[in-house]
Amino acid sequence: MFRALDDETRRLILDELSSRDGQTLFEICATLATRHGLGSSRQAVSQHLGVLESAGLVVTERRGRSKFHYFSSEPLAAITRRWPVVEKGNTS
Amino acid sequence: MRIHLTSIFVDDQRAALAFYTDVLGFTKRHDVPIGHDSWLTVVSPDSPDGPELLLEPSSHPAVQPFRDALVEDGIPLCQFAVDDVAVEYDRLLGKGVTFTLPPTDIGSAVMAVFDDTCGNLIQIIAAKAGTGDE
Repeated sequence: MFRALDDETRRLILDELSSRDGQTLFEICATLATRHGLGSSRQAVSQHLGVLESAGLVVTERRGRSKFHYFSSEPLAAITRRWPVVEKGNTS
Repeated sequence: MRIHLTSIFVDDQRAALAFYTDVLGFTKRHDVPIGHDSWLTVVSPDSPDGPELLLEPSSHPAVQPFRDALVEDGIPLCQFAVDDVAVEYDRLLGKGVTFTLPPTDIGSAVMAVFDDTCGNLIQIIAAKAGTGDE
């Protein structure tokens, strides 16, 4: 999972999916190009999605004849279970 | 040289004619029987002498895998210009059309993608005023 997150394009893909979940490859490519000026090919984006899916950070679902990608935060929750986030500042 | 006709493959020409006229609002231009099929075209009522869209039978064996792969990835095969994507989105939703992409701002334009029920995804787009694209 850490390897999956160690790439700016893949982090941007997760940003876009967390702001609007359930996107096709076409939509992800369009938003990466128009909002972030990324010229990655569809094939490259498809490979990034494969890495994210293998890491469990993205899950796919078929609706009709199209495939939609969703952000899954479960692998990230495992991090905070291992290293719980402690709120500082409220304690005196 | 001018582009006067473009084509899309449709699973059923009669169902396609109904969708492209009754739902989308195009008008029939040519319907000439050729064997079991027809030379079937529609035009926009806004430009009846403008480019025709040929609704071509999808019976060639290469068509289905090609279109299935595009539809799986959400890639539209054809694009139509509209004045206001949000208005068309609401109108088509009301007619039971399924969208794979709701109206989305891409900077210079707003676009959306729907399923034409004939095997294709279609993009509608409206350029924003002042972008010099229209």
